Amino acid sequence: MARIRLENISKSFGQHTAVEDLDIDVADGEFFVLLGPTGAGKTTTLRMIAGLEKPTTGRVHINEADVSAWGPAERDVALVLQQYSLYPRLTVRDNLSFPLRSRVRNMSEADIEKRLDYASKTLRITHLLDRKTDRLSGGEMQRVSIGRAIVREPQVFLMDEPLSALDAKLREALRSELKDLQMRLGATFIFVTHDQVEAMTMGDRIAVMNKGRIAQVGRPQDVYSNPRNTFVAGFVGSPAINLLPGRIVGNGAVMAPSFQLPLAGPAASEGAYTFGIRPEDVSVESGAPVEARVHDIENHGIEKIVTMRVGEHLLRAAIPARTTVALEDQIRFSWNPNKVMLFDATTGVNLRHQAA
Amino acid sequence: MAVVSSRSGRLGNRIAIAVVLVITVIFLSPIYWITTTAFKPLVQATSVPPSVLFEPQITPFVKLFTKRAQLTAPVAPEIYEAAPWWEKLVLDGGERLARDGNGEVVFSAYPDRFINSLIIAITSTILAVSMGTITAYGFSRFRVKGEADLLFFILSTRMLPPIVVAIPMFLMYRAVGLNDTHVGLIILYTAFNVSFAVWLMKGFMDEIPKEYEEAALVDGYTRMQAFFKIVLPEAATGIAATAVFCFITAWNEYAFALILTNRRAQTAPPFIPSQIGTGLQDWTVIAAGTVLFLIPVAIFTFLLRNHLLRGMSFGAIRK
Repeated sequence: MARIRLENISKSFGQHTAVEDLDIDVADGEFFVLLGPTGAGKTTTLRMIAGLEKPTTGRVHINEADVSAWGPAERDVALVLQQYSLYPRLTVRDNLSFPLRSRVRNMSEADIEKRLDYASKTLRITHLLDRKTDRLSGGEMQRVSIGRAIVREPQVFLMDEPLSALDAKLREALRSELKDLQMRLGATFIFVTHDQVEAMTMGDRIAVMNKGRIAQVGRPQDVYSNPRNTFVAGFVGSPAINLLPGRIVGNGAVMAPSFQLPLAGPAASEGAYTFGIRPEDVSVESGAPVEARVHDIENHGIEKIVTMRVGEHLLRAAIPARTTVALEDQIRFSWNPNKVMLFDATTGVNLRHQAA
Repeated sequence: MAVVSSRSGRLGNRIAIAVVLVITVIFLSPIYWITTTAFKPLVQATSVPPSVLFEPQITPFVKLFTKRAQLTAPVAPEIYEAAPWWEKLVLDGGERLARDGNGEVVFSAYPDRFINSLIIAITSTILAVSMGTITAYGFSRFRVKGEADLLFFILSTRMLPPIVVAIPMFLMYRAVGLNDTHVGLIILYTAFNVSFAVWLMKGFMDEIPKEYEEAALVDGYTRMQAFFKIVLPEAATGIAATAVFCFITAWNEYAFALILTNRRAQTAPPFIPSQIGTGLQDWTVIAAGTVLFLIPVAIFTFLLRNHLLRGMSFGAIRK
């Protein structure tokens, strides 16, 4: 299949810079996720790979070819969008065969039929083939648009938030289906999403983007446990990480004037930092050193997320679902000193990454 | 629609229906008037008070398609007996049909003028709508430098009453030999309509998600193929609405047709009033010409009515 390499890509629209100095190397057969908030430049990046936008500077390589000057038709990539991805007025069958009937491909009817058959069986949409697209449900529509990508047997699948418009249940189902499909096809997928759960569950690697730049690239687990900066830390993970401004004094973290807790690992010099601790690394128990009040409780079924109030700080902790707590209860908590992340108070960069 | 059950709601409904009825009557009354006049005997057409009950006759239509002269003396009975029924109708009205040297009835220029109208209106509509559609697509999809200024400039051609330029147009057309030609009027009407078509179609084009074409581009089609295969079918509603408006404008245009044409390329609007009659004002002939003249627009609009209704409310594309 294909390897995608973006080299020093920038894209501006007039005064506005959408993407800046982007370097991405996607391996053959990889499920690569571009994750970031709205306006981070994910879609622009995807469109530049598809050839729908030309980069202002930099080059796009597919395999070893420099395709920067190629049009979308020549690049042999397939694109699945969140909406409007199917041609209206056409049946599912016509939608699926539409890319194959392009003059570029010049395929015989028998070949078209064969590919149609394979794609519709793979996605279990055979019964929909003669339906008009406006008679499909959201999930069926997205299946068909994925099918339209599959029939092409492209070098790369590009997906722009294909699941975002679906309801939660369906999204979950299609998520695993899509991942499964990618493994079966062994194809290179580049998947754009703002949903960190999608990124974590599907991606072989994730590129977290912010304001047109790459904040961090890595395997989901690495990005989660070792975020490069406070942005990545805050964006990846649900419930979100606790980020607390404070100081290191001696061997402990001091959140003046509320509380202080011990730190482990290589000692950092004294001074101001942002402390990051994931909710699951905060433990609530009767003998713990810090006292807090329950500010809010979210019952997730599998666990409870309590937001605790300590002085002016709010801190989330994940506790077992069986634990009974009520609003304004007094509870005590501690944290796992090994899991505390230290971020530079001004730049927000993780100290571990700063050293490297 | 929700069922209106409250007393005040029902009353409001009735008032609304009544208002709609009154408006409908007001709008339809000229059509009723001109249609009935076209079938009235000449005396009843101008009677005061107007006659509502009359015996319909098709004499005005016979007169419309023929050339006539006043009878100076009563027609000889044997000639009257030999005349076909439709000629008798004219003779009964005190006129005789003009005949050429071979004794054949001379037809009026109405059919020719009518066909001129059709040729000119249809051609200019096709030109204006296709140019408008392509231009609107360009404005809608590409970053055009000075887009707002250009669009304003296009619209500015409609900011003065067209008749203001009639004299210069006449002089220019005479200089280049476009006076009294089909091409001349087609160019003129296309120019009138194209700015309107650009603006109207721009609205419709903006409504069509560009994702459709982008999908086609990625799927291996050229921009042109994507335009014809994907965009045009989606824009059908807008094209229909724009075409109806352009057609009506070109079909009904009177002032320029009157000034710039007189025989070969004359359209029906300036021709119809010229038939007002020899010796007396025969409104029934005018009415007959007008009624026939209404038919193509009615047919055209009727054929496109579904598109038109959706097109008027814009947002014709389902999101």
